[in-house]
Amino acid sequence: MSYVGIIITFVFVENFILSRFLGLCPFIGVSRKMESAVGMGFAVIFVMAMASIITTLIYNYLLITFNITFLKTIVFILVIAALVQFVEMVIQKNSPPLYKALGIYLPLITTNCAVLGIAMIAVEKEFNVFESFVAGVSAGAGFMLSIVLMSALREKFETEWIPKPFRGMPIAFITAGLMALAFMAFDKALLKNLLG
Amino acid sequence: MIKELTKGIFKENPLFIIVLGLCPALAVSTEVINAIGMGAGVIFVLLGSNVFISLLRNFIPEKVRIPCYVIVIASFVTIVDMVMGAWLPVLSRNLGIYIPLIVVNCIILGRAEAFANKNTVGRSVMDAIGMGIGFTLSLLLIAAVREIFGNGTITLFPIPFLQFDGIIRIPGLSSMPARVLGLSSGALFVMGYFKALFNWLEQKQKESAANSLVEPVIQEQ
Repeated sequence: MSYVGIIITFVFVENFILSRFLGLCPFIGVSRKMESAVGMGFAVIFVMAMASIITTLIYNYLLITFNITFLKTIVFILVIAALVQFVEMVIQKNSPPLYKALGIYLPLITTNCAVLGIAMIAVEKEFNVFESFVAGVSAGAGFMLSIVLMSALREKFETEWIPKPFRGMPIAFITAGLMALAFMAFDKALLKNLLG
Repeated sequence: MIKELTKGIFKENPLFIIVLGLCPALAVSTEVINAIGMGAGVIFVLLGSNVFISLLRNFIPEKVRIPCYVIVIASFVTIVDMVMGAWLPVLSRNLGIYIPLIVVNCIILGRAEAFANKNTVGRSVMDAIGMGIGFTLSLLLIAAVREIFGNGTITLFPIPFLQFDGIIRIPGLSSMPARVLGLSSGALFVMGYFKALFNWLEQKQKESAANSLVEPVIQEQ
């Protein structure tokens, strides 16, 4: 797959939230305010880019070499947890303003299925290191796109009247469903027509 | 003991009340059989990790408890992944990456942190079974709605000697189903409406409880 193809696939066609349901918990939980949605989006892009590089390196050069690919789930989740912790410490030490902006979102990311998801997809599709880096960044960008759109919509909801049982989470789900319908416009045929 | 079992099914239902474990729930709920497979996997992992963590609760140091839980959970997930791949290859292919993703299913880590590390093995087993069944039932409910109305079928195990291919076709619906429910947006719609339904039920329950509290006061006057 070409790099442009990977970018379009992961940002639009297989948008992590709207078509694969990865990272739905933070999507529903952190999309109340635009500001926090942007912060979460950047944190996810950052961690996914790092995680996809490191897990692909480990998978291609360690697990395959020693023929222990069945351990991938355990290894990946540990690497991701350690990575998130490490990134948090580095940012806290070197860039306090960035830490202030991203800090509270970083611990939440370990349990974000999107990060483990991109590692698993990279293995499934047999990406090399650079391809998986591009895939990680674009999947993160797709996550940010939908969470920012969602937060803009939810800020509008605060001034609208909504039937009581639908307030909060249910209306967020239904809105996300409508967004997913809109994203259906980006399907595999589009990719074929664009890239031939 | 029985209370630990039933709370997961109704009062603290992981999917509809606490809203945990959404990603796998919505992604695999396209067919009933996928929901059964995912539910079975989650029950097994939840049971295994709850028993192990509650047995080890006095040995795991407080500071590194989360990584320890994650390793225990990931080991059980690997077992599920390998067993399903060996014996149920079709199901394993349908569920795809969502099986390894059971590791990050917040329900399991949540129960380990909130329940198993504070309670005895017996109570943790009951808690795991209750939560697992609650999750599976809600998953089945979503999958049934999506498959019956979105495709007009109910997919179960095929039984060769009964000439049953494993798919129940519902007359009338299978010729003109509402396809949107089978798509990813359908999952979000169904989840949204179910959550609204549960909110409404909860609200009603609260109102009736409030009314029964008010009544005796009026009688006293």
